[in-house]
Amino acid sequence: MVEWINSLPPVMWAAGLPASEQFAIFSLLKIVIAIFAVVMPMVAYSVIAERRISAWIQDRVGPNRVGIPFTKIHLWGLGQPMADGVKSILKEDFTPAHVRKIYFWLAPAIAMIPALMTLAVIPFGNTVTPGSGEANKAVIADLNVGILYTFGIVSLSVYSIVLAGYASNSKYPFLGGIRSSAQMISYEIAMGMSIIPVFMLVGELNLTKVVEYQANGAWIVFKQPIAFIVFLIAAFAETNRLPFDMPESESELVGGYNTEYSSMKFAMFFMGEYAAMIAVSAMMVVLFLGGWTLPFAGLNESADSLGMGLIQLGIFISKLLLFMGLFIWIRWMLPRFRYDRLMDVGWKRFVPLALANIVVTAIYLYLTIPK
Amino acid sequence: MQDLLFYIFSSLTLLCGLLVVFNPFSRNPVTSAMFLVLTIISMSGLFVLLKAFFLAAVQILVYAGAVIVLFLFVIMLLDVKEEERRRFQKFGTFLGFASVAGLAGIIINSIRQSEIGDALAFKGEGIGETRELGHKLFTEYVIPFEIVSLLLLVAMVGCILISKRDESKKEGTQ
Repeated sequence: MVEWINSLPPVMWAAGLPASEQFAIFSLLKIVIAIFAVVMPMVAYSVIAERRISAWIQDRVGPNRVGIPFTKIHLWGLGQPMADGVKSILKEDFTPAHVRKIYFWLAPAIAMIPALMTLAVIPFGNTVTPGSGEANKAVIADLNVGILYTFGIVSLSVYSIVLAGYASNSKYPFLGGIRSSAQMISYEIAMGMSIIPVFMLVGELNLTKVVEYQANGAWIVFKQPIAFIVFLIAAFAETNRLPFDMPESESELVGGYNTEYSSMKFAMFFMGEYAAMIAVSAMMVVLFLGGWTLPFAGLNESADSLGMGLIQLGIFISKLLLFMGLFIWIRWMLPRFRYDRLMDVGWKRFVPLALANIVVTAIYLYLTIPK
Repeated sequence: MQDLLFYIFSSLTLLCGLLVVFNPFSRNPVTSAMFLVLTIISMSGLFVLLKAFFLAAVQILVYAGAVIVLFLFVIMLLDVKEEERRRFQKFGTFLGFASVAGLAGIIINSIRQSEIGDALAFKGEGIGETRELGHKLFTEYVIPFEIVSLLLLVAMVGCILISKRDESKKEGTQ
Protein backbone atom coordinates (compact mmCIF):
# COMPACT_ATOMS: atom_id res chain seq x y z
CA MET A 1 0.00 0.00 0.00
CA VAL A 2 2.78 2.37 0.91
CA GLU A 3 4.69 1.38 -2.19
CA TRP A 4 1.62 2.16 -4.18
CA ILE A 5 1.54 5.70 -2.88
CA ASN A 6 5.23 6.08 -3.48
CA SER A 7 4.91 4.73 -6.98
CA LEU A 8 2.27 7.24 -7.98
CA PRO A 9 3.67 9.88 -10.27
CA PRO A 10 4.35 12.99 -8.21
CA VAL A 11 0.83 13.96 -7.24
CA MET A 12 -0.47 17.06 -8.99
CA TRP A 13 -0.71 19.27 -5.95
CA ALA A 14 2.67 18.23 -4.66
CA ALA A 15 4.46 18.58 -7.97
CA GLY A 16 5.29 22.24 -7.56
CA LEU A 17 6.85 21.82 -4.13
CA PRO A 18 10.58 21.46 -3.49
CA ALA A 19 11.97 17.97 -2.94
CA SER A 20 12.38 18.26 0.82
CA GLU A 21 8.74 19.24 1.31
CA GLN A 22 7.57 16.44 -0.98
CA PHE A 23 9.62 14.05 1.12
CA ALA A 24 8.00 15.40 4.26
CA ILE A 25 4.51 15.05 2.79
CA PHE A 26 5.08 11.49 1.61
CA SER A 27 6.64 10.51 4.92
CA LEU A 28 3.60 11.89 6.69
CA LEU A 29 1.34 9.91 4.36
CA LYS A 30 3.33 6.76 5.06
CA ILE A 31 3.03 7.33 8.79
CA VAL A 32 -0.73 7.93 8.67
CA ILE A 33 -1.35 4.91 6.47
CA ALA A 34 1.00 2.63 8.39
CA ILE A 35 -0.67 3.50 11.66
CA PHE A 36 -4.33 3.84 10.80
CA ALA A 37 -4.66 1.37 7.95
CA VAL A 38 -2.23 -1.30 9.08
CA VAL A 39 -1.29 -1.22 12.75
CA MET A 40 -4.58 -0.15 14.31
CA PRO A 41 -6.72 -2.78 12.55
CA MET A 42 -4.03 -5.30 13.39
CA VAL A 43 -4.25 -4.33 17.05
CA ALA A 44 -8.03 -4.62 16.97
CA TYR A 45 -7.99 -7.99 15.26
CA SER A 46 -5.25 -9.43 17.42
CA VAL A 47 -7.52 -8.78 20.38
CA ILE A 48 -10.29 -10.87 18.83
CA ALA A 49 -7.74 -13.44 17.69
CA GLU A 50 -6.56 -13.70 21.25
CA ARG A 51 -10.10 -14.22 22.52
CA ARG A 52 -10.96 -16.82 19.91
CA ILE A 53 -7.70 -18.73 20.27
CA SER A 54 -7.97 -18.73 24.05
CA ALA A 55 -11.51 -20.06 23.64
CA TRP A 56 -10.32 -22.90 21.40
CA ILE A 57 -7.54 -23.78 23.81
CA GLN A 58 -9.98 -23.89 26.71
CA ASP A 59 -12.63 -25.71 24.70
CA ARG A 60 -15.05 -22.79 24.61
CA VAL A 61 -16.63 -21.00 21.67
CA GLY A 62 -15.52 -17.44 22.29
CA PRO A 63 -17.06 -14.26 20.88
CA ASN A 64 -18.70 -15.36 17.62
CA ARG A 65 -21.85 -13.22 17.55
CA VAL A 66 -21.01 -9.72 16.35
CA GLY A 67 -21.05 -9.38 12.61
CA ILE A 68 -22.29 -6.60 10.39
CA PRO A 69 -24.55 -4.31 12.48
CA PHE A 70 -28.33 -4.42 11.85
CA THR A 71 -28.12 -7.64 9.85
CA LYS A 72 -28.14 -11.25 10.86
CA ILE A 73 -24.73 -11.91 9.36
CA HIS A 74 -22.33 -13.10 12.05
CA LEU A 75 -19.07 -13.36 10.09
CA TRP A 76 -17.57 -15.55 12.86
CA GLY A 77 -17.59 -12.64 15.27
CA LEU A 78 -15.32 -10.45 13.16
CA GLY A 79 -17.34 -7.37 14.04
CA GLN A 80 -16.34 -7.67 17.69
CA PRO A 81 -13.49 -5.09 17.59
CA MET A 82 -15.95 -2.44 16.38
CA ALA A 83 -18.33 -3.22 19.22
CA ASP A 84 -15.44 -3.17 21.69
CA GLY A 85 -14.25 0.18 20.38
CA VAL A 86 -17.70 1.75 20.59
CA LYS A 87 -18.13 0.35 24.07
CA SER A 88 -14.82 1.74 25.34
CA ILE A 89 -15.54 5.19 23.96
CA LEU A 90 -19.12 5.41 25.20
CA LYS A 91 -18.51 4.07 28.70
CA GLU A 92 -18.24 6.57 31.50
CA ASP A 93 -14.68 7.75 31.89
CA PHE A 94 -14.44 7.52 35.63
CA THR A 95 -11.55 9.17 37.45
CA PRO A 96 -11.25 8.10 41.09
CA ALA A 97 -10.97 10.94 43.59
CA HIS A 98 -7.64 9.95 45.09
CA VAL A 99 -5.54 9.81 41.94
CA ARG A 100 -2.84 12.22 40.79
CA LYS A 101 -4.69 13.65 37.82
CA ILE A 102 -1.92 14.72 35.45
CA TYR A 103 -0.06 11.42 35.56
CA PHE A 104 -3.31 9.51 35.53
CA TRP A 105 -4.09 11.09 32.16
CA LEU A 106 -0.55 10.93 30.87
CA ALA A 107 0.07 7.23 31.49
CA PRO A 108 -2.39 5.75 28.94
CA ALA A 109 -1.09 8.10 26.25
CA ILE A 110 2.49 7.05 26.91
CA ALA A 111 1.38 3.42 26.64
CA MET A 112 0.55 3.84 22.95
CA ILE A 113 3.21 6.24 21.69
CA PRO A 114 6.48 4.27 22.05
CA ALA A 115 5.02 1.15 20.46
CA LEU A 116 3.86 3.13 17.43
CA MET A 117 7.09 5.11 17.15
CA THR A 118 9.16 1.94 17.06
CA LEU A 119 7.51 0.96 13.79
CA ALA A 120 9.06 3.97 12.06
CA VAL A 121 12.38 2.22 11.44
CA ILE A 122 11.04 -1.24 10.60
CA PRO A 123 11.65 -2.08 6.92
CA PHE A 124 8.33 -3.74 6.19
CA GLY A 125 8.93 -4.37 2.53
CA ASN A 126 11.50 -4.33 -0.16
CA THR A 127 12.85 -1.44 -2.15
CA VAL A 128 10.48 -1.13 -5.09
CA THR A 129 11.64 0.27 -8.38
CA PRO A 130 8.55 0.48 -10.56
CA GLY A 131 9.44 0.81 -14.24
CA SER A 132 11.96 3.54 -14.71
CA GLY A 133 11.03 5.41 -11.56
CA GLU A 134 13.38 5.94 -8.68
CA ALA A 135 13.73 3.39 -5.91
CA ASN A 136 11.21 3.63 -3.11
CA LYS A 137 12.16 2.38 0.29
CA ALA A 138 9.40 0.64 2.20
CA VAL A 139 10.41 2.10 5.53
CA ILE A 140 9.30 5.34 7.10
CA ALA A 141 12.68 6.43 8.44
CA ASP A 142 15.77 4.61 7.21
CA LEU A 143 17.99 5.52 10.17
CA ASN A 144 21.61 4.48 10.38
CA VAL A 145 21.20 3.79 14.07
CA GLY A 146 17.90 1.99 13.53
CA ILE A 147 18.19 -0.58 16.25
CA LEU A 148 19.45 1.88 18.86
CA TYR A 149 16.48 4.08 18.08
CA THR A 150 14.08 1.18 18.62
CA PHE A 151 15.69 0.26 21.90
CA GLY A 152 15.68 3.86 23.05
CA ILE A 153 11.99 4.23 22.29
CA VAL A 154 11.04 0.82 23.69
CA SER A 155 12.84 1.69 26.91
CA LEU A 156 10.49 4.67 27.29
CA SER A 157 7.42 2.46 27.38
CA VAL A 158 8.16 1.53 30.99
CA TYR A 159 7.04 5.02 32.00
CA SER A 160 3.42 4.34 31.15
CA ILE A 161 3.23 1.50 33.65
CA VAL A 162 5.32 3.19 36.31
CA LEU A 163 3.30 6.38 36.07
CA ALA A 164 0.02 4.52 36.00
CA GLY A 165 1.03 2.72 39.16
CA TYR A 166 2.15 5.90 40.83
CA ALA A 167 -0.79 8.04 39.70
CA SER A 168 -3.43 5.55 40.80
CA ASN A 169 -2.30 6.14 44.37
CA SER A 170 -3.45 2.81 45.68
CA LYS A 171 -1.76 -0.41 46.69
CA TYR A 172 -2.14 -2.88 43.87
CA PRO A 173 -1.41 -0.58 40.95
CA PHE A 174 1.60 0.69 42.84
CA LEU A 175 2.96 -2.81 43.35
CA GLY A 176 2.35 -3.52 39.68
CA GLY A 177 4.22 -0.37 38.69
CA ILE A 178 7.20 -1.17 40.90
CA ARG A 179 7.38 -4.72 39.67
CA SER A 180 7.23 -3.69 36.07
CA SER A 181 9.96 -1.09 36.33
CA ALA A 182 12.31 -3.68 37.78
CA GLN A 183 11.25 -6.35 35.31
CA MET A 184 11.42 -4.22 32.18
CA ILE A 185 14.82 -2.78 33.00
CA SER A 186 16.22 -6.23 33.76
CA TYR A 187 14.97 -7.78 30.57
CA GLU A 188 15.97 -4.81 28.48
CA ILE A 189 19.56 -5.61 29.36
CA ALA A 190 19.20 -9.25 28.32
CA MET A 191 17.39 -8.15 25.17
CA GLY A 192 20.02 -5.59 24.23
CA MET A 193 22.87 -8.01 24.89
CA SER A 194 21.22 -10.78 22.90
CA ILE A 195 21.19 -8.86 19.62
CA ILE A 196 24.78 -7.61 19.74
CA PRO A 197 26.06 -10.78 17.97
CA VAL A 198 23.55 -10.13 15.18
CA PHE A 199 25.08 -6.76 14.49
CA MET A 200 28.58 -8.17 14.84
CA LEU A 201 27.72 -10.48 11.95
CA VAL A 202 26.02 -7.82 9.86
CA GLY A 203 28.40 -4.98 10.61
CA GLU A 204 25.69 -2.32 10.43
CA LEU A 205 23.08 -0.95 12.81
CA ASN A 206 20.70 -0.13 9.98
CA LEU A 207 17.74 -2.52 9.91
CA THR A 208 17.43 -2.40 6.12
CA LYS A 209 21.03 -3.62 5.93
CA VAL A 210 20.22 -6.44 8.33
CA VAL A 211 17.51 -7.68 5.98
CA GLU A 212 19.81 -7.34 2.96
CA TYR A 213 22.43 -9.42 4.76
CA GLN A 214 19.86 -12.16 5.33
CA ALA A 215 18.56 -11.97 1.76
CA ASN A 216 22.00 -13.01 0.51
CA GLY A 217 22.54 -15.85 2.95
CA ALA A 218 20.96 -17.86 5.70
CA TRP A 219 18.56 -16.20 8.10
CA ILE A 220 20.17 -15.07 11.32
CA VAL A 221 17.95 -17.35 13.39
CA PHE A 222 20.02 -20.27 12.06
CA LYS A 223 23.31 -18.53 12.70
CA GLN A 224 22.45 -17.16 16.13
CA PRO A 225 19.87 -19.48 17.69
CA ILE A 226 20.87 -18.53 21.25
CA ALA A 227 20.44 -14.83 20.49
CA PHE A 228 17.02 -15.58 19.03
CA ILE A 229 15.83 -17.57 22.04
CA VAL A 230 17.03 -14.97 24.55
CA PHE A 231 15.46 -12.18 22.51
CA LEU A 232 12.17 -14.04 22.15
CA ILE A 233 11.85 -14.70 25.87
CA ALA A 234 12.94 -11.19 26.77
CA ALA A 235 10.30 -9.93 24.36
CA PHE A 236 7.62 -11.67 26.42
CA ALA A 237 8.90 -9.88 29.50
CA GLU A 238 9.18 -6.53 27.74
CA THR A 239 5.59 -6.65 26.52
CA ASN A 240 4.32 -7.90 29.90
CA ARG A 241 2.78 -10.99 28.44
CA LEU A 242 2.30 -14.25 30.23
CA PRO A 243 4.31 -16.10 31.53
CA PHE A 244 5.89 -12.80 32.60
CA ASP A 245 2.87 -10.57 33.20
CA MET A 246 3.97 -9.60 36.71
CA PRO A 247 2.73 -6.00 36.45
CA GLU A 248 -0.80 -7.24 35.89
CA SER A 249 -1.04 -10.69 37.48
CA GLU A 250 -4.77 -10.70 38.17
CA SER A 251 -4.69 -13.33 40.87
CA GLU A 252 -2.36 -11.31 43.14
CA LEU A 253 -2.75 -7.67 42.16
CA VAL A 254 -6.39 -7.42 40.98
CA GLY A 255 -5.41 -5.85 37.67
CA GLY A 256 -2.02 -4.42 38.48
CA TYR A 257 -1.27 -1.00 37.10
CA ASN A 258 -4.59 -0.64 35.31
CA THR A 259 -6.83 -1.47 38.26
CA GLU A 260 -8.09 2.10 38.61
CA TYR A 261 -8.61 2.71 34.91
CA SER A 262 -11.86 2.45 33.01
CA SER A 263 -13.32 2.98 29.54
CA MET A 264 -11.05 4.45 26.88
CA LYS A 265 -8.09 4.94 29.20
CA PHE A 266 -8.10 1.24 29.96
CA ALA A 267 -8.48 0.52 26.27
CA MET A 268 -5.40 2.61 25.58
CA PHE A 269 -3.31 0.36 27.84
CA PHE A 270 -4.83 -2.63 26.15
CA MET A 271 -4.08 -1.31 22.67
CA GLY A 272 -0.62 -0.27 23.78
CA GLU A 273 0.14 -3.83 24.84
CA TYR A 274 -0.89 -5.22 21.47
CA ALA A 275 0.89 -2.47 19.56
CA ALA A 276 4.03 -3.29 21.54
CA MET A 277 3.59 -6.95 20.62
CA ILE A 278 3.33 -6.01 16.96
CA ALA A 279 6.42 -3.81 17.22
CA VAL A 280 8.49 -6.48 18.92
CA SER A 281 7.28 -9.16 16.48
CA ALA A 282 8.25 -6.90 13.60
CA MET A 283 11.68 -6.49 15.15
CA MET A 284 12.07 -10.24 15.47
CA VAL A 285 11.04 -10.77 11.86
CA VAL A 286 13.56 -8.19 10.68
CA LEU A 287 16.42 -9.28 12.92
CA PHE A 288 16.10 -13.05 12.81
CA LEU A 289 13.66 -14.23 10.17
CA GLY A 290 14.89 -12.34 7.17
CA GLY A 291 12.25 -9.60 7.01
CA TRP A 292 10.41 -9.61 3.69
CA THR A 293 12.53 -12.32 2.12
CA LEU A 294 11.87 -15.96 1.37
CA PRO A 295 14.83 -17.98 0.10
CA PHE A 296 13.15 -19.23 -3.10
CA ALA A 297 11.32 -18.05 -6.22
CA GLY A 298 13.42 -14.94 -6.39
CA LEU A 299 11.64 -13.49 -3.40
CA ASN A 300 14.91 -12.43 -1.83
CA GLU A 301 15.75 -10.06 -4.61
CA SER A 302 14.81 -6.47 -5.04
CA ALA A 303 11.32 -6.07 -6.47
CA ASP A 304 10.98 -4.58 -9.93
CA SER A 305 7.20 -4.39 -10.03
CA LEU A 306 4.48 -3.26 -7.70
CA GLY A 307 2.97 -6.74 -7.49
CA MET A 308 6.27 -8.22 -6.35
CA GLY A 309 6.58 -5.49 -3.73
CA LEU A 310 3.11 -6.31 -2.44
CA ILE A 311 3.91 -10.02 -2.29
CA GLN A 312 6.99 -9.25 -0.21
CA LEU A 313 4.93 -7.00 2.04
CA GLY A 314 2.57 -9.96 2.43
CA ILE A 315 5.47 -12.22 3.39
CA PHE A 316 6.57 -9.75 6.03
CA ILE A 317 3.08 -9.49 7.48
CA SER A 318 2.55 -13.25 7.52
CA LYS A 319 5.81 -13.74 9.42
CA LEU A 320 4.69 -11.05 11.82
CA LEU A 321 1.34 -12.77 12.32
CA LEU A 322 3.19 -16.00 13.05
CA PHE A 323 4.88 -14.33 16.01
CA MET A 324 1.61 -12.76 17.14
CA GLY A 325 0.10 -16.23 17.11
CA LEU A 326 3.01 -17.51 19.16
CA PHE A 327 2.52 -14.73 21.72
CA ILE A 328 -1.16 -15.59 22.07
CA TRP A 329 -0.61 -19.34 22.12
CA ILE A 330 2.05 -19.15 24.85
CA ARG A 331 -0.18 -16.95 26.99
CA TRP A 332 -2.84 -19.60 27.27
CA MET A 333 -0.48 -22.55 27.64
CA LEU A 334 1.93 -21.57 30.41
CA PRO A 335 1.39 -20.59 34.06
CA ARG A 336 2.82 -17.36 35.45
CA PHE A 337 6.37 -17.19 36.77
CA ARG A 338 7.05 -16.33 40.38
CA TYR A 339 8.57 -12.88 40.69
CA ASP A 340 11.92 -13.93 42.17
CA ARG A 341 12.24 -16.71 39.61
CA LEU A 342 11.63 -14.16 36.88
CA MET A 343 14.47 -11.99 38.16
CA ASP A 344 16.74 -15.01 38.57
CA VAL A 345 16.14 -16.14 35.03
CA GLY A 346 16.75 -12.66 33.68
CA TRP A 347 19.93 -11.85 35.54
CA LYS A 348 21.53 -15.20 36.28
CA ARG A 349 20.69 -17.06 33.09
CA PHE A 350 20.01 -14.75 30.18
CA VAL A 351 22.54 -11.99 30.80
CA PRO A 352 25.50 -14.41 31.18
CA LEU A 353 24.22 -16.48 28.26
CA ALA A 354 23.98 -13.44 26.04
CA LEU A 355 27.43 -12.27 27.12
CA ALA A 356 28.91 -15.68 26.38
CA ASN A 357 27.24 -15.56 22.99
CA ILE A 358 28.91 -12.22 22.27
CA VAL A 359 32.34 -13.61 23.23
CA VAL A 360 31.88 -16.76 21.15
CA THR A 361 30.74 -14.76 18.14
CA ALA A 362 33.70 -12.40 18.54
CA ILE A 363 36.16 -15.32 18.66
CA TYR A 364 34.50 -16.90 15.62
CA LEU A 365 34.68 -13.66 13.66
CA TYR A 366 38.30 -13.13 14.71
CA LEU A 367 39.26 -16.59 13.47
CA THR A 368 37.30 -16.56 10.21
CA ILE A 369 37.52 -13.03 8.86
CA PRO A 370 40.79 -12.55 6.99
CA LYS A 371 42.65 -9.43 7.99
CA MET B 1 14.00 24.85 9.74
CA GLN B 2 17.16 23.60 11.46
CA ASP B 3 17.57 26.91 13.26
CA LEU B 4 13.98 26.86 14.39
CA LEU B 5 14.33 23.30 15.70
CA PHE B 6 17.53 24.27 17.47
CA TYR B 7 15.77 27.09 19.28
CA ILE B 8 12.82 24.88 20.19
CA PHE B 9 15.00 22.08 21.55
CA SER B 10 17.45 24.30 23.38
CA SER B 11 14.74 26.37 25.04
CA LEU B 12 12.91 23.17 26.00
CA THR B 13 16.12 21.77 27.45
CA LEU B 14 16.73 24.89 29.53
CA LEU B 15 13.13 25.26 30.63
CA CYS B 16 12.70 21.63 31.63
CA GLY B 17 16.10 21.64 33.30
CA LEU B 18 15.00 24.62 35.36
CA LEU B 19 11.72 22.95 36.25
CA VAL B 20 13.60 19.89 37.54
CA VAL B 21 15.10 21.86 40.39
CA PHE B 22 12.91 24.94 40.62
CA ASN B 23 9.28 24.15 39.96
CA PRO B 24 6.95 26.71 41.51
CA PHE B 25 3.85 24.54 40.93
CA SER B 26 4.89 21.27 42.45
CA ARG B 27 7.51 20.04 44.87
CA ASN B 28 6.81 16.46 43.92
CA PRO B 29 10.05 14.50 43.26
CA VAL B 30 8.29 12.42 40.60
CA THR B 31 7.47 15.60 38.69
CA SER B 32 11.11 16.59 38.85
CA ALA B 33 12.16 13.20 37.51
CA MET B 34 9.67 13.46 34.65
CA PHE B 35 10.99 16.90 33.73
CA LEU B 36 14.46 15.38 33.76
CA VAL B 37 13.21 12.88 31.18
CA LEU B 38 11.93 15.76 29.03
CA THR B 39 15.27 17.56 29.42
CA ILE B 40 17.12 14.50 28.22
CA ILE B 41 14.80 13.91 25.28
CA SER B 42 15.15 17.50 24.09
CA MET B 43 18.91 17.27 24.56
CA SER B 44 18.98 14.23 22.32
CA GLY B 45 17.00 16.33 19.84
CA LEU B 46 19.94 18.75 19.90
CA PHE B 47 22.31 15.85 19.26
CA VAL B 48 20.23 14.85 16.23
CA LEU B 49 20.57 18.38 14.88
CA LEU B 50 24.34 17.97 15.23
CA LYS B 51 24.00 14.71 13.28
CA ALA B 52 25.28 12.78 16.28
CA PHE B 53 22.62 10.10 15.90
CA PHE B 54 24.43 7.49 17.94
CA LEU B 55 24.81 9.85 20.85
CA ALA B 56 21.15 10.88 20.60
CA ALA B 57 19.91 7.29 20.65
CA VAL B 58 22.21 6.26 23.47
CA GLN B 59 21.27 9.32 25.47
CA ILE B 60 17.60 8.29 25.42
CA LEU B 61 18.38 4.60 25.87
CA VAL B 62 20.63 5.01 28.89
CA TYR B 63 19.36 8.08 30.67
CA ALA B 64 15.65 8.29 29.88
CA GLY B 65 15.20 4.56 29.56
CA ALA B 66 17.19 3.25 32.49
CA VAL B 67 18.73 5.78 34.85
CA ILE B 68 15.65 7.89 35.47
CA VAL B 69 13.43 4.83 35.74
CA LEU B 70 15.71 3.77 38.57
CA PHE B 71 15.36 7.27 40.05
CA LEU B 72 11.60 6.85 39.95
CA PHE B 73 11.95 3.42 41.47
CA VAL B 74 13.88 4.83 44.40
CA ILE B 75 11.60 7.85 44.79
CA MET B 76 8.56 5.60 44.91
CA LEU B 77 10.07 3.13 47.33
CA LEU B 78 11.29 5.79 49.75
CA ASP B 79 8.24 7.69 50.80
CA VAL B 80 9.27 11.26 50.09
CA LYS B 81 6.14 13.09 51.19
CA GLU B 82 8.22 15.36 53.41
CA GLU B 83 9.97 16.79 50.41
CA GLU B 84 6.63 17.86 48.97
CA ARG B 85 5.80 19.94 52.01
CA ARG B 86 9.12 21.67 52.24
CA ARG B 87 9.24 25.29 51.01
CA PHE B 88 11.90 26.84 48.84
CA GLN B 89 14.68 28.21 50.92
CA LYS B 90 15.46 31.73 49.81
CA PHE B 91 19.17 31.40 50.43
CA GLY B 92 19.41 28.08 48.60
CA THR B 93 17.47 29.41 45.62
CA PHE B 94 19.65 32.49 45.44
CA LEU B 95 22.80 30.40 45.71
CA GLY B 96 21.61 28.05 43.00
CA PHE B 97 20.80 30.81 40.55
CA ALA B 98 24.05 32.61 41.32
CA SER B 99 26.18 29.53 40.72
CA VAL B 100 24.34 28.69 37.49
CA ALA B 101 24.78 32.27 36.27
CA GLY B 102 28.48 32.16 37.13
CA LEU B 103 28.96 28.85 35.34
CA ALA B 104 27.04 30.11 32.29
CA GLY B 105 29.23 33.21 32.26
CA ILE B 106 32.40 31.14 32.31
CA ILE B 107 31.18 28.82 29.54
CA ILE B 108 30.00 31.67 27.29
CA ASN B 109 33.24 33.49 27.83
CA SER B 110 35.39 30.47 27.01
CA ILE B 111 33.35 29.70 23.90
CA ARG B 112 33.83 33.27 22.72
CA GLN B 113 37.56 33.14 23.28
CA SER B 114 38.15 29.77 21.70
CA GLU B 115 37.97 29.16 17.96
CA ILE B 116 35.67 26.24 18.34
CA GLY B 117 33.15 27.85 16.00
CA ASP B 118 35.01 26.68 12.92
CA ALA B 119 35.59 23.18 14.24
CA LEU B 120 31.90 22.68 14.79
CA ALA B 121 30.98 23.68 11.25
CA PHE B 122 31.60 20.14 10.05
CA LYS B 123 30.34 18.77 6.80
CA GLY B 124 29.07 15.51 5.44
CA GLU B 125 28.46 12.38 7.44
CA GLY B 126 28.36 13.90 10.88
CA ILE B 127 30.57 13.41 13.88
CA GLY B 128 28.50 10.73 15.52
CA GLU B 129 28.89 8.01 12.93
CA THR B 130 28.80 4.80 14.95
CA ARG B 131 31.61 3.04 13.13
CA GLU B 132 33.96 6.01 13.46
CA LEU B 133 33.08 6.34 17.11
CA GLY B 134 33.85 2.67 17.73
CA HIS B 135 37.18 2.88 15.92
CA LYS B 136 38.20 5.98 17.86
CA LEU B 137 37.07 4.47 21.13
CA PHE B 138 38.99 1.24 20.72
CA THR B 139 42.18 2.59 19.14
CA GLU B 140 42.97 6.16 20.01
CA TYR B 141 41.06 6.40 23.29
CA VAL B 142 41.32 2.82 24.43
CA ILE B 143 43.06 3.59 27.73
CA PRO B 144 40.61 6.24 28.97
CA PHE B 145 37.78 3.98 27.83
CA GLU B 146 39.11 1.03 29.81
CA ILE B 147 39.73 3.21 32.84
CA VAL B 148 36.15 4.44 32.77
CA SER B 149 34.83 0.92 32.50
CA LEU B 150 37.04 -0.15 35.40
CA LEU B 151 35.66 2.74 37.41
CA LEU B 152 32.12 1.62 36.66
CA LEU B 153 33.01 -1.92 37.63
CA VAL B 154 34.42 -0.71 40.94
CA ALA B 155 31.25 1.28 41.59
CA MET B 156 29.15 -1.76 40.80
CA VAL B 157 31.15 -4.06 43.06
CA GLY B 158 30.96 -1.44 45.79
CA CYS B 159 27.18 -1.27 45.49
CA ILE B 160 26.84 -5.02 45.73
CA LEU B 161 29.23 -5.16 48.68
CA ILE B 162 27.36 -2.50 50.64
CA SER B 163 23.93 -4.01 50.08
CA LYS B 164 25.23 -7.53 50.78
CA ARG B 165 26.78 -6.55 54.11
CA ASP B 166 23.46 -5.15 55.32
CA GLU B 167 21.70 -8.37 54.47
CA SER B 168 24.16 -10.63 56.30
CA LYS B 169 23.91 -8.39 59.39
CA LYS B 170 20.14 -8.77 59.43
CA GLU B 171 20.43 -12.50 59.11
CA GLY B 172 22.96 -12.54 61.94
CA THR B 173 20.61 -10.75 64.35
CA GLN B 174 17.65 -12.96 63.62
